[in-house]
Amino acid sequence: MSLEVFFKYLFVMAFVTYLLRALPFILLKRQIENVFWKSFLAYIPYTVLAAMTIPGIFKATEFLPASVAALCLATLFSLKGHGLVLVALVACLAVMAVNGLHLWI
Amino acid sequence: MKDCTRNVKKSESEFSILARMSFKKGVEDGLPIGIGYFAVSFSFGIAGSKLLTWPLITLISMTNLTSAGQFAGLHIMSEMTGTLLEMAIATFFINLRYSLMAISLSQKVSPSFGTFKRLCLGTGITDEIYAVAMSSKVPVTPIYFLGLMLLPYLGWTSGTLIGAVCGEVLPHFLTDALGVALYGMFIAIVIPQMKIHKPTCIAVFISIALSLLFNYAPVLSEVSFGFAIILCAVLASLLAAFLFPIKENA
Repeated sequence: MSLEVFFKYLFVMAFVTYLLRALPFILLKRQIENVFWKSFLAYIPYTVLAAMTIPGIFKATEFLPASVAALCLATLFSLKGHGLVLVALVACLAVMAVNGLHLWI
Repeated sequence: MKDCTRNVKKSESEFSILARMSFKKGVEDGLPIGIGYFAVSFSFGIAGSKLLTWPLITLISMTNLTSAGQFAGLHIMSEMTGTLLEMAIATFFINLRYSLMAISLSQKVSPSFGTFKRLCLGTGITDEIYAVAMSSKVPVTPIYFLGLMLLPYLGWTSGTLIGAVCGEVLPHFLTDALGVALYGMFIAIVIPQMKIHKPTCIAVFISIALSLLFNYAPVLSEVSFGFAIILCAVLASLLAAFLFPIKENA
């Protein structure tokens, strides 16, 4: 990608993100009371992350079983109540273990 | 006599507001966020190093300070078909929640938080910084908020920088494994909410089902990554908001 193209993308991304934060912060002085839109916005982060994770995680490594192992172990550890960093670490270790096993066999 | 005690109480509470809302207290409260951000952005740096050089990846983190948005942005950049309009719309929907946070934070800040300071410090509105600021029992002052966002910002940018450099240097065996770190963190954000809130479960499964369709179904898989994410998240969230409106302040 050329530098010029990169900076165009970067500008659009940063500008939109900044406006989303700054404009409501200075303009709106009252809370959204509409239950429907409040609920919609409350669900958005989770549905975005879910759609990005699946099937994204399957394409993140070069060996599908490694990705599946990472997904399963991360889900399991997260269900057990472990935090962000440990869950991420477990996912990485799962990939290494499966890739290692794959090379070994 | 009554007046006197009231005055003492008032000055005491003013004093404690100043102490609680100092720059130093903000920095202290921001430390755990900063450490967490370092880890997340390290994996963003690794992911980015497959596409861009380290100064450019670091520049993305310096100007955006948003995990899901940057990650989606990176994907759109990597797709040659990803247009600027797509970038704008994807960024808009993925980061729309910040607007909601900005609105609710604007109820919580002290009167000294003027328009100019809001314009300067608005960048600090992220899920975690917002959550900590809202947990404060007293109005949030600009100097406290500046302290609060300092370490998260430094953690986010330095983590990206180091991750991107490592991505260029580390052997493939390691970067392949580190590539799933970000997804691991996404899972760790979504699962706890799914555990305590059934409708979130349903919303997440709808979103995943749609996402699979957009990736593997014949015609739908023609839709590019950015728009697919927008459609999945917006459709699933609309449906969930319609079927299971959230009544309490969540």
